[in-house]
Amino acid sequence: MPGLVHVSTTINGNPTDFLCEPRQSLLEVLRDVLGMTGTKEGCNDGNCGACTVMFDGRIVTSCLVLGVEAQGKEITTIEGVASPEGLHPVQQAFLENAALQCGICTPGFIVATKALLDREPDADEGRIRHWLAGNLCRCTGYDKIVRAVLDAEEKMKA
Amino acid sequence: MEAVEFTTPKTIDEAVQAMASKGDRARALAGGTDLLVQLRGGRRSADLVVDLKDVPELNEISYNASSGLTIGAATPCYRLYADANVAANYPGLVDSASLIGSIQIQGRASLGGNLCNSAPSADAIPPMIALGSVANVVGPNGSRQIPVEDFCTGPGRNVLEPGEILVSINVPAPPANSGASYLRFIPRNEMDIAVAGVGSAVVLDGSGQNFVSARISLASVAPTPVFCKAAGDSLAGKAVSDEAIEEAARLAMEDAKPITDMRGTIRQRIHLVGVLTRRTLNIAIQRARGEE
Ligand SMILES: Cc1cc2nc3c(=O)[nH]c(=O)nc-3n(C[C@H](O)[C@H](O)[C@H](O)COP(=O)(O)OP(=O)(O)OC[C@H]3O[C@@H](n4cnc5c(N)ncnc54)[C@H](O)[C@@H]3O)c2cc1C
Ligand code: FES
Ligand code: FES
Repeated sequence: MPGLVHVSTTINGNPTDFLCEPRQSLLEVLRDVLGMTGTKEGCNDGNCGACTVMFDGRIVTSCLVLGVEAQGKEITTIEGVASPEGLHPVQQAFLENAALQCGICTPGFIVATKALLDREPDADEGRIRHWLAGNLCRCTGYDKIVRAVLDAEEKMKA
Repeated sequence: MEAVEFTTPKTIDEAVQAMASKGDRARALAGGTDLLVQLRGGRRSADLVVDLKDVPELNEISYNASSGLTIGAATPCYRLYADANVAANYPGLVDSASLIGSIQIQGRASLGGNLCNSAPSADAIPPMIALGSVANVVGPNGSRQIPVEDFCTGPGRNVLEPGEILVSINVPAPPANSGASYLRFIPRNEMDIAVAGVGSAVVLDGSGQNFVSARISLASVAPTPVFCKAAGDSLAGKAVSDEAIEEAARLAMEDAKPITDMRGTIRQRIHLVGVLTRRTLNIAIQRARGEE
């Protein structure tokens, strides 16, 4: 029975150490070991995007990353998106545009959206829909989410 | 997922030693987008997971105008389309790297993993075959080069022996007046498994009006990716024309030996091979002429 592995990583700018089994996903580590339950589990096989986090500057599905792979990496989760001053414009836009119902998909959509707008502040609707194709939502029908992302672009330019 | 051990070798030698130490109970890890799903679902099991991403040769892309492109086996898809040399010289590879899974999946999934997973539906394999790529493999008994069309032996099976790893894939430098393209058919716009896919690569003469050579390869229509030698060879020396393309499409359809499953029927898949062969050849021709 393989033992626990010590992993040193950076999460939302904070140096973080944890112990995990090699079989555990980064998603499990975030939620069950570190108690960071903002990142959600939908499918646990890479299809739904609810578990999206930033991993060394790219969005990934944390259910398909092992916790041990976080060694030495920089991770941003939904908990790292707002600042002490208040919500991030993407979060504000999701609220104002009613872009969520049950909310399970929302952390993944927000992390993915922020990653897009940070690098492509003028992404058009087609690009937004393509970028977010790996995030599934069973409630909203997507239209309000896309409106919210377009609104967030305006807010981030203001 | 069952308990496993995990190791991150830093050199090819260490990686091969780790793989060989557990024989077929060791699994290489690149992006994990196939492996972790399979280990969790019980479709594969392993005692040792060997993460190859810290081995420099597996994590680099290099391009040389004479020797071509060398893609480290664990390099994720996004690094291919973000690479200026790849974008300029290998649009056929960019076609598949940018349609595998989602943006999240492309942040992890590698072409090496796509090849070693050896799914009949793998989207990156047909363009690699069409471009005449070679797999560089290293194992306890040394290294060997395997043409990509000879790599897969069945669904999820390939020529790798226990202890062997894929180090890189070499894609020859694109000849003058050449172009390639990959298209697949799926019922929605993103995030689905190919019902059928076709990769085509052509070399034209200086006038852009005649084929010098062509290679065509298919996905999702047989237990392995299919290299349609006769279809590609039929174009060599012919003038570019709808008739020549039609004949190549007909020969490619003859090579398709699909099954009927929930994604599509035999008839639909063979029909799709014809349509996609024509389309990818036409795109490859446009690219060879510099029209796209
Ligand atoms: C949501 C989702 C969508 C997907 N969509 C697509 C799609 O559209 N098209 C498509 O083709 N695929 C798709 N896939 C499948 C998968 O993403 C691809 O096959 C991907 O290219 C696998 O690469 P990887 O680096 O993640 O491989 P891994 O999962 O790390 O490895 C795959 C297999 O190859 C072995 N392996 C990996 N590297 C080596 C090596 N260097 N030497 C020896 N063995 C090795 C592993 O042991 C494993 O058996 C999808 C997967 C998911 C989860
Ligand atoms: S829980 Fe990871 S993609 Fe669905
Ligand atoms: S709000 Fe419920 S899944 Fe998106």
